[in-house]
Amino acid sequence: MTDQQLKNKIKTEEYFINMGPQHPAAHGVLRLILTIDGEIIKNVEPDLGYIHRSIEKMCERDSYQQIVHLTDRMDYLSSHINNVAVCLAVEKGLEIEVSDRVKVIRTIIDELTRIASHCLWWGVMGMDLGALTSYFYAFRDREMINDIFEETCGARLTMNYNVPGGLMFDIHPNFVKRTKDFIAEFKTKIPEYNLLLTDNVIFHKRTKGVGILTREDAISFGVSGPTARGSGFSSDVRKHHPYNAYDRVDFKEILFTEGDTFARYQVRMMELWESISIIEQLIDNIPEGETKAATKAVIKLPKGEFYQRVETARGELGVYINSTGNKNPYRVKFRSPGFSNLSVLNHISKDVKIADLVATMASFDFVIPDIDR
Amino acid sequence: MSYFSDIYKGIKTLLTGMSVTGGYFIHARKGALTQEYPDNRETLKMFDRFRGEVVMPHTADNRHRCTGCQSCEIACPNGSIEIIWDRAVDPETGKKKKKIDKHIYHLSMCTMCGLCIEACPTDAIVWAQNFENSVYDRSKLTKILNQPGSSVLDGIED
Repeated sequence: MTDQQLKNKIKTEEYFINMGPQHPAAHGVLRLILTIDGEIIKNVEPDLGYIHRSIEKMCERDSYQQIVHLTDRMDYLSSHINNVAVCLAVEKGLEIEVSDRVKVIRTIIDELTRIASHCLWWGVMGMDLGALTSYFYAFRDREMINDIFEETCGARLTMNYNVPGGLMFDIHPNFVKRTKDFIAEFKTKIPEYNLLLTDNVIFHKRTKGVGILTREDAISFGVSGPTARGSGFSSDVRKHHPYNAYDRVDFKEILFTEGDTFARYQVRMMELWESISIIEQLIDNIPEGETKAATKAVIKLPKGEFYQRVETARGELGVYINSTGNKNPYRVKFRSPGFSNLSVLNHISKDVKIADLVATMASFDFVIPDIDR
Repeated sequence: MSYFSDIYKGIKTLLTGMSVTGGYFIHARKGALTQEYPDNRETLKMFDRFRGEVVMPHTADNRHRCTGCQSCEIACPNGSIEIIWDRAVDPETGKKKKKIDKHIYHLSMCTMCGLCIEACPTDAIVWAQNFENSVYDRSKLTKILNQPGSSVLDGIED
């Protein structure tokens, strides 16, 4: 019997299956409603709301200093970058120029956060594809960054180190030494990462040509960050709209044109080197200066709209503040990278196997609280 | 033919990866181990800035630095701090002065943002480094920070 005769004889029909909300490959409570025919995915419908905490609404209740700590809980892997985004938006409204010292320290910690986030992503990407070893190696190295944060900021993940106008307090005396030690050690670890996972032939077979996102789709769906740069869409906010001290450092924007899972993987691995290079350029000459510009105890933004965009580890985060002149904002909106990146998932996952969807999702690096807020 | 070269490549990359893990297995260097937390409890020292919980330090004669200005209560984003205060007559000047009765701290609601400690004008509250806060009953996490019978140190004004 030929395949066609077999198909005519056996009737197949599509059915639904829930992936999540507690699926190990989703890294959080994301529910994907899959329409599948056998093992072929016909439709992916993300269902959100399982970790909605109404952060945007809570921002309308809080003062501008209090908003900052809520953004820690959105994209918890790049919490410092979220804090900086809110602080920059408020500083824009107040027309404060922070000192060079604050700018440089913010940039260094931003990049450390990016390395920590990419480390964790590398670990769980391997784990999603069945290579548990990478998870332990990534967490070992991430631990050193967490120690730096713990010593300087007081917390490992939800740091809340920024206040509108500068930093909450100065860096710890050990900060520079610890960061240099980490950079020296981490440089020897990335080649290990490549030996363990990047060069592996099974990994290539799972990722190359899987989940191809074209440049046109990336632009039309609003995809940003390493996901978009894997498709050749130059979208780095640090390069195109520099904030903090990014205009005074020299770094490359990593671009790959393949658009598949392996290209997105390579973008993030190369970004580790770029982050190291940025930190190395800044760590030796942190300028002296005040760590906090003088602000009033009750911050009141002038009437108007303020928008600030930053590049988190996952893409472009936009903070929109609409103020009526009170001590609370009238409306706060976060343009989170995860939400836009998720929207393209259905488009690129048609007619692939379920295991390929897992690989694609891993390369998108979703953080669900960031999608849901 | 590609079938055999695939097998060869697969085994080669497997051995490449195992050379890394095997290297760590043979030379189990210092630093390849994580902290063994419950076993090193005696020697474990957290960083000075580590945010464990908010405490109010008292001197030996049961005096604290809190004037009851409520800056921390206003700064707190989620109402973790409540201050019950009163006005007491100062015996020297005869003027009425604010004084705290109870400084209530809900550790169960605290997000460790540190805004209260930043807001305090007299450094009356500080971070403590103990992090083993698990209890069986949530009401045990509501703490009164000022000790019974304590009073504010002389010369502290907000």
